[in-house]
Amino acid sequence: MEMLFLLDKTVIAFVAFAITLLIATYSTYAERKVAAFMQDRVGPDRAGPFGILQPLADAGKFFFKEEIIPNTSDKFLFIIGPGISMLTALMTSVVIPWGGTLQIAGRDISLQVADLNIGVLYVFAVVSLGVYGIMIGGWASNNKYSLLGAVRASSQMISYELSMGLALIALIMMTGTLSLKEIVDQQHGMNWNVFYQPFGFLLFIICAFAECNRTPFDLPECEAELVGGYHTEYSSMKLGFYMFAEYINMFISSAFMASLYFGGYNFPFMDSLGLSQNAITIIGVFVFFLKIFFFIFVFMWIRWTIPRFRYDQLMKLGWQWMIPLALLNVFVTGLVILLTGN
Amino acid sequence: MQLTNRSKVVSDKNMTAMEAAYLPAVIKGMAVTLKHFFMRPATTKYPEQTREFSEVYRGRHVLKRDEKGAERCTACGLCAVSCPAEAITMVAAERKKGEEGLYREEKYAAIYEINMLRCIFCGLCEEACPKQAIFLTKEIAPASYEREDFIWGKDRLVEGVEETKRIDITKRQDR
Repeated sequence: MEMLFLLDKTVIAFVAFAITLLIATYSTYAERKVAAFMQDRVGPDRAGPFGILQPLADAGKFFFKEEIIPNTSDKFLFIIGPGISMLTALMTSVVIPWGGTLQIAGRDISLQVADLNIGVLYVFAVVSLGVYGIMIGGWASNNKYSLLGAVRASSQMISYELSMGLALIALIMMTGTLSLKEIVDQQHGMNWNVFYQPFGFLLFIICAFAECNRTPFDLPECEAELVGGYHTEYSSMKLGFYMFAEYINMFISSAFMASLYFGGYNFPFMDSLGLSQNAITIIGVFVFFLKIFFFIFVFMWIRWTIPRFRYDQLMKLGWQWMIPLALLNVFVTGLVILLTGN
Repeated sequence: MQLTNRSKVVSDKNMTAMEAAYLPAVIKGMAVTLKHFFMRPATTKYPEQTREFSEVYRGRHVLKRDEKGAERCTACGLCAVSCPAEAITMVAAERKKGEEGLYREEKYAAIYEINMLRCIFCGLCEEACPKQAIFLTKEIAPASYEREDFIWGKDRLVEGVEETKRIDITKRQDR
């Protein structure tokens, strides 16, 4: 039994890993297509039908590019930087519940790698580690633009992590648990948290944009003034790793938002369809991925709509607006819980 | 004097609460991009599709033959003289006996070259031509990786003898 359990978890971990990488790869393609459509263009369409082999071509190009490590850089840190970025980006997917439970050969298999009772906290801890990849990479490059980009990235991430945590506290006060699995199960059917915490969700999604270094908060890699930001000196697959980590982060935060606020693998009328447990679980997985894809689309949609903030505006928004508003949200939630007694 | 009614008076008044809230403006912007998401792209996928050209478009040149299939060019050199980009060079030769079906006049161009990288497609060569021999066509000179490929000789400039290989330039003649 113990061996079977380990086997289940290994299979789920590998599948989750593969899907994460696949979706991150195809996010680059989707991003270029979405950008093209929003600008009345066609986008990549030469590699394969509709250009669907474009990500493979890009990856191949990345591998064959000349790899340049600057003379004055700290070689060890320079190499380990993108690795840390990638590692932390991939680690978060462990606690995400991809679906309900499958019943195979009389055993219940939960489609989640590890149901930590502090799942939300774990994600926060790992995401905070992600800043080290950027900071180390920027610092080791020994280049003023890289350093500026890295400094920007770390201060931005720390500022927005605060309000992100505060936005989540309101949700956790409501649900009374830190386990992602339980939070998702509580939103059974159409009982999604976004209907109770719309303002908290708004704060959370804004912070998620900032955490992923996406427009309008993409100051760390601000091409216009910092050349390329923290990855100015990077080339070949190391640059690819940084970019890839960004797309993985985008996918993971989409999954996180979908499971915290939009009911994860729950979908309306899931009980009244009269389907078996396994069928509902499989449909649930598809529904979950639909929600994730929707959020990834929103990420891209925002990117090709809004110009980036100025740095002082970014800090002002983070400290003078987001944090007080998040605190207010916590206060109001607490008040409502106290008054209704639930 | 007011030329159009599109001009707007610029002001630096303070933002209203609605504008300062930023989010309504974001949603407005997102509506615009979403509208464009479903619009038809303006792209012409070039090698497969080509844009429609005007009937008198000035593209690559053609050296015409007469009705019997003889080359009209007599190598007078007026096109080369008129060419502002100095793209045309030629070497003249005398027609021998028995070549009457090939060349219309006693003198013809043994070598006729146009450098398509120098050419500015102004059409002065066809205006200068007294024999109605050179014309610009609706086709474009294709791209290439080699510079040599852009020096077009008689093999690419002279139209085919067969009726199907003739290039129609009547629209440019009628101007």
